[in-house]
Amino acid sequence: MVEQTVRIISNERDADLYFRLVVEASRIAPLVQPGQFAHLRIPGLQPALLRRPFSIFQVQGDTFSVLYKTVGKGTEALSRMGVAGELSVIGPLGRGFTVPRPGGETPLLVAGGYGMAALYLLAQRSAQKGIVFVGGRRRADILCEAEFRALGWEVRVATEDGGAGEKGLVTQPLLAALRKGTSGRKLFACGPTPMLRAVAGIAAEFEVPAELSMDEQMCCGIGACLTCVVPIKTDSGWEYQRTCTEGPVFESSRVLWEKA
Amino acid sequence: MDAKMNLSVAIGKLKMQNPVTVASGTFGYGVEYAQLFDLNQLGAVVVKGIRLQPVAGNRKPRTVEVSSGMLNAIGLQGPGVEGFIRKYWPFLKELKVPTIINIWGASIEEYAEVARRLDGLGGVGALELNVSCPNIKEGGAQFGTDVTLLSRVVAACRKATTLPLITKMSPNVPSIKPYARAAEESGSDGLSITNSIPAMAIDIETRRPRLGNVTGGLTGPCIKPIALKLVWEAASAVKIPIIGMGGIQNAADAIEFMMAGATAVAIGTANFYEPQTALQVIAGIGDFMRRQGIRDAREIVGALRVEDSSGHQD
Repeated sequence: MVEQTVRIISNERDADLYFRLVVEASRIAPLVQPGQFAHLRIPGLQPALLRRPFSIFQVQGDTFSVLYKTVGKGTEALSRMGVAGELSVIGPLGRGFTVPRPGGETPLLVAGGYGMAALYLLAQRSAQKGIVFVGGRRRADILCEAEFRALGWEVRVATEDGGAGEKGLVTQPLLAALRKGTSGRKLFACGPTPMLRAVAGIAAEFEVPAELSMDEQMCCGIGACLTCVVPIKTDSGWEYQRTCTEGPVFESSRVLWEKA
Repeated sequence: MDAKMNLSVAIGKLKMQNPVTVASGTFGYGVEYAQLFDLNQLGAVVVKGIRLQPVAGNRKPRTVEVSSGMLNAIGLQGPGVEGFIRKYWPFLKELKVPTIINIWGASIEEYAEVARRLDGLGGVGALELNVSCPNIKEGGAQFGTDVTLLSRVVAACRKATTLPLITKMSPNVPSIKPYARAAEESGSDGLSITNSIPAMAIDIETRRPRLGNVTGGLTGPCIKPIALKLVWEAASAVKIPIIGMGGIQNAADAIEFMMAGATAVAIGTANFYEPQTALQVIAGIGDFMRRQGIRDAREIVGALRVEDSSGHQD
């Protein structure tokens, strides 16, 4: 983890409410592992004080990018920042996904909305190509499909309004695929908590391993404040672990959903 | 730093190379921030509150951002005193700067037992008695808002240890002076002022509280003027040194606390968004002293000029 003032290379609207931010971060970018995040201090946000966490989408040389949706004051202020603007970033943070090794499991990625961004590096660095299942409310919520296809991955889309792909939730095409076979497959998911909970249930039902990138409200991002905790099973019961430090990626079977 | 300048201060037997430390609960156990800078630059490290047994902590949401501050109701999640010694003490004891361990309990006996255990550890800089956490039903705040209980907790810890004791005061009292005096008379070597201020926030769409615990403690720049007044009032009532805290973001904020009577200051919520704040404050105090021709940081302590000191009458 490094704190660095980074320079914006581009910050452009992708589609609808989604933006792509690319920053030059020579000390951070080379360290990034799939599933890690960056904690951004957005200038001009007072009276709001706290940093905002963003999953790291792509890494290229000394740059990394994030894919974000304008959902509140922080992301709106970020979307107004221009090229050469500066941000303080702490990163890369957290424990990411276990990247499949050669001859290892075939990854099935499950993404909800911009959760897709957190899975890109995993797809890029995985030894085996797999399938990515992506869901959203409407067509505009289906992001970076082309990037995954460019990696040679199969992409299966589901939208709640049927505007793209299958009509319904992302778990439908996932279930269909698992019914055809589970051997050697492993799930990796990132998205809103209800989707993660559903994926955890499916993983348990089909007895396939799964790693979930938990979506929790965060404060310090470096393990000090204990805001972003999730209940994780231990040998003697359970304990709250930090999404920013022990996570954001947790083994699905270790999350104690009854307490979450 | 100018070689002729002295920034060191003392809280009882506790020597600090500069007057800047961190507020308990905002700095984890030090090890988290050691990833970002060398902790040996601080005046002291203050760790999150521990009691005898491990604590799971409160339900979520545990924090929420508000205008110029935040609310927290973490619930003092922690590893318990033995867990702390096993997991964190090996790192902390190697630091060149002192560690102040914040402790709490549900009973006076528990405070004393934790104090005794940590006294036996060797090398602890000081103990900070948390008698003012607003987020725990069974312990904490009740001791800080009852003069008799406060005296008994401090006295029991005084008997249990020879380590410097710093009592972390509650802001939630009509006047802080009798509480400050009670802590001093019972053997406290210093006071930390202030803890967070009881507060809440509501989501009007869902009609639910924004904190899982319903209420929590307000911290950050929005509480600085309140904390400053508490420090000023307490400073007039006691001779023991005060560590001032509450919304400090920069050296100017810290100097205000020192002028109000704080011998040292602690950075709290700012650690969460600008982890280097304490280092900037240390440098900034040095710059201020140089600019004003001040040789010793202690000259700033209580330097406030008030023509009508009626506010200092009981």
